[in-house]
Amino acid sequence: MNFRQRFYLVEVLSGLWLTAAHFFRNMGRHVAHAVGASRTGGAVTIQYPEERRPYSPRLRSLHRLVRREDGSPRCVACMMCETVCPAHCIYIVAEEHPNPDIEKVPRRFDIDLGKCVFCGYCVEACPEDAIRMDTGILEFSSYSRGGMIYTKEMLLSLEAAGADGRPRSPIPVPADRTA
Amino acid sequence: MPKLTVDGKEVEVPGGTNLIEAARKAGVEVPHYCYHPGLSIAGQCRLCMVDLEKAPRPTIACNTTATEGMVVLTETDRVRETRKSIMEFHLINHPLDCPVCDQAGECWLQIYYMKHGLYDPRMTDEKVHKPKAVPLGPHVMLDAERCILCSRCVRFCDEITATGELGIFERGDHSEIGLFPGRALDNPYSGNVVDICPVGALTDRDFRFQVRVWYLDSAKSVCPGCARGCNIDVHVNRRRPHHAEGRRVARLKPRFNEAVNRWWLCDAGRYGFTFVDDQDRLLVPTRREGETVSDATWDDAIVALAATFRRSPPDEIGIIASPKMANEDLFALRRLLDNLALRRVAFRVPPRVAGDQDNFLIRADKNPNSLGAELVGLGGDSRAVLEAARARRLRCLVIFGHDLLASEWPEAEVREALGAVETVIFVGSNAHATSAAAHWVLPAAAWVERDGTYTNFEGRVQRFRPAVEPLGQALAEWEIVGRLLAALGVDSTATRPEHWFRQLVAAVPAFAGLSYQALGDGGRLLPGAVRA
Repeated sequence: MNFRQRFYLVEVLSGLWLTAAHFFRNMGRHVAHAVGASRTGGAVTIQYPEERRPYSPRLRSLHRLVRREDGSPRCVACMMCETVCPAHCIYIVAEEHPNPDIEKVPRRFDIDLGKCVFCGYCVEACPEDAIRMDTGILEFSSYSRGGMIYTKEMLLSLEAAGADGRPRSPIPVPADRTA
Repeated sequence: MPKLTVDGKEVEVPGGTNLIEAARKAGVEVPHYCYHPGLSIAGQCRLCMVDLEKAPRPTIACNTTATEGMVVLTETDRVRETRKSIMEFHLINHPLDCPVCDQAGECWLQIYYMKHGLYDPRMTDEKVHKPKAVPLGPHVMLDAERCILCSRCVRFCDEITATGELGIFERGDHSEIGLFPGRALDNPYSGNVVDICPVGALTDRDFRFQVRVWYLDSAKSVCPGCARGCNIDVHVNRRRPHHAEGRRVARLKPRFNEAVNRWWLCDAGRYGFTFVDDQDRLLVPTRREGETVSDATWDDAIVALAATFRRSPPDEIGIIASPKMANEDLFALRRLLDNLALRRVAFRVPPRVAGDQDNFLIRADKNPNSLGAELVGLGGDSRAVLEAARARRLRCLVIFGHDLLASEWPEAEVREALGAVETVIFVGSNAHATSAAAHWVLPAAAWVERDGTYTNFEGRVQRFRPAVEPLGQALAEWEIVGRLLAALGVDSTATRPEHWFRQLVAAVPAFAGLSYQALGDGGRLLPGAVRA
């Protein structure tokens, strides 16, 4: 700290001055826009969650497991995503499929979203296009760590986001919470 | 001894050596699928092509004998081009289902494609489809689509086991491996075909889908299934505990040892490890008073046992050691016996069903260290110990591992004996009827959880190494005995199995000159042993 910064009041006043300067500049722009003197308005706050910014189509949101036509998972439990996952948040247990042309299916497919870093490597690694991160769901939460673990059934129930990027499936309710 | 040159390196090999082995000796790897040093030469896969000086075209190395002055070139453009074409040919009808294939990660199609293939596939037609996931026997699953028809499995069943279950049927690209009608691949060595299969055509039904091979760690070990002491690698899954529901030991694979098992392992040994992760493993020392069983700490248990030993006259203590214990454990026990002047000691308990034996690997004695126990000097009359207990002449009986109630001895007599002894102490890894009848139960580490040596039936001392941590509070037997020795006031400086082994070598003349360094990976014959 230099000599001037040591005086508390000087720094407080300079901070207040900065805030006030932005306030009046912004208000001036809004007034100018309202009377037609300027084409661009002042800065606004988006009223989240009623209002939202548009999502990028490349957004990585909550994972989902893609289904075959008969509703069973497309996943063949090859463990590529589990292997590539840098956060070690995917837990797969494989079992035999009665159809020898499919051969292998996950008995268990859990993602611990409390550990997930949303890097999207699992999607890249998947040779079957069985896992995607296109649900558009960003707001999931839980009161416990256990509630952040999403099971195979929860992940299979999700749909891809609509054309507007808005989720089409409800956010799954974690096991530790009722509705 | 012909002298030849491989890629500019001069090497001298015994007469009759083929070019793959000669190149290996020169440090050059010739890729191959069908050649296996333990089997006859088939020349099926054509991948081991090499150029010979003055020869008009490349030739297969596996079926060419090294001769004096031969000049072998393994990396000419012509050889590289040939290998690439052969790889493309092998993979024409391959289903490329690596994601669901258990072999992925240790598959020679993957390895050689990356090393010698890397072509752009030109196959545009529909691939030939063959049966998938066909069980051939209790342990082996066949996927005919992945097979490259190297015929190693067929030759194994014809030449090593001489059972001839397998053959190649149909013709051309419809050829497939299969069983002869009415047969099943159920010979006692069937698991070996999975090891020698270079691709994912034959997979292990026990290991199937349990865990991906790249998660496995490996430790060099010795099979405890019989007195042969086959060399093995223990493959354990420590990185993904959820995969096999708590099963840590994933599989056992034979480890080459020219003097013991070469490349092979019997099925009984290969699948005989399940006790390690079984539900009946003993995890904490327990004490039984009447019908109530309570957990104890190691300190309490050792103090109580030392008090029992001090209280009892040497004549009233019986010890039944186990030929499944390592040499180190047995010698620690010997120390205890010498210090307390105990003489009611034995280790042989006859099994209810006599073990099977063949003239290949399997031995009738299903214990890995009977000879070691004999040499360490624990070989007494076990029946006499039991009779002494029945006659109420024993105050304390220590049983290592044995389930006496499942032995050849009449169950009623054993029960009477166990009931007649004031303190029965059981030391072992798994619970059974005998451990349930003991007053103190001390958990011992399984062989994959610890270091040690076994002496096989022909006197070969071989070392096994730890692959996983002991379960619960289990300790190796040498450590349990060592703690007891310390509690009895015997000065014991041995804190590692190697220390016990050194003391054993110093005290028992039969082991003279041995050390962990001398044993190495392949073991050493005892100085006095004659190879059977």
